[in-house]
Amino acid sequence: MNCSQLVELVTEYLEGALPRDRRARFEEHLRGCDGCTAYMAQFETTIRLTGMLTEEQVSPQARQALLGAFRAWNA
Amino acid sequence: MSAEPTAASESDLAIVRALRAGDETAFMMLVERYQPSMLRIARMYVSTQAVAEEVVGDAWVGVLKGLDGFEGRSSLRTWIFRILVNIAKTRGQREARSVPFSSVWLPDPEGEPSVQPERFLPQDSASPGHWAEAPASWDAVPEERLEAKETLARIAAAIEALPPNQREVIRLRDVLGWSSQEVRNALELSETNQRVLLHRARAKVRRALEGYLAAEEAPGP
Repeated sequence: MNCSQLVELVTEYLEGALPRDRRARFEEHLRGCDGCTAYMAQFETTIRLTGMLTEEQVSPQARQALLGAFRAWNA
Repeated sequence: MSAEPTAASESDLAIVRALRAGDETAFMMLVERYQPSMLRIARMYVSTQAVAEEVVGDAWVGVLKGLDGFEGRSSLRTWIFRILVNIAKTRGQREARSVPFSSVWLPDPEGEPSVQPERFLPQDSASPGHWAEAPASWDAVPEERLEAKETLARIAAAIEALPPNQREVIRLRDVLGWSSQEVRNALELSETNQRVLLHRARAKVRRALEGYLAAEEAPGP
């Protein structure tokens, strides 16, 4: 496994979806490669920071309409 | 990994009980949490924003009407999104939409590589496919800068620029924190397609962030 192959497998690795032998080769490469170790750390930081985003706001009109629908259902 | 859907949590069941009891706050909390994703996903199946809004409205009514039938075999959000997708599909079919639904969540077969090919040494070099220049470590970047509003805005912009199917998968997985199984169940996606869409989305966001942080570090004029 070389670096250009490893970068395509990072999500598969993080999801625990790599077959055992490929997982072993992935980890072996990572241990010996500073570039891929840095890449992996960047990837994980990206995921962590993405998790800090918030969803957009619901428009006041939509909120009002849905509240109306809830009250009608509940009536 | 089991193929069984993630069952409803205690908090899901508590929300369902609150809704059945007519708790408006509980309902509006769900709306705040899921409405934006629901609207964007509905838009992938129908032709206009106005129709997508109707679809989402109908989906919420469907959720309320179906509450008594919610058995907790899937998580509440998976169940809500399945109702949404079903209504959106039906509506899209009625519109005689030309795009087949099976392709909505299909990754583009011509996907770009995660990292620009020129970042790796060429075939005729001593170590083909190895980094020409290793990626920079972000360890020295202060946490305040990583978590700064401006950095997060760059991430949000990179996500916004993604193809819709990649964008919605990364939002559900990494912004809203759904499990891969929940996303697959809610959107009727195969494990492989879910992962491919997620990986491409993350790779592009990482690239955007790398470019932004590198530019930040460069000495000013």
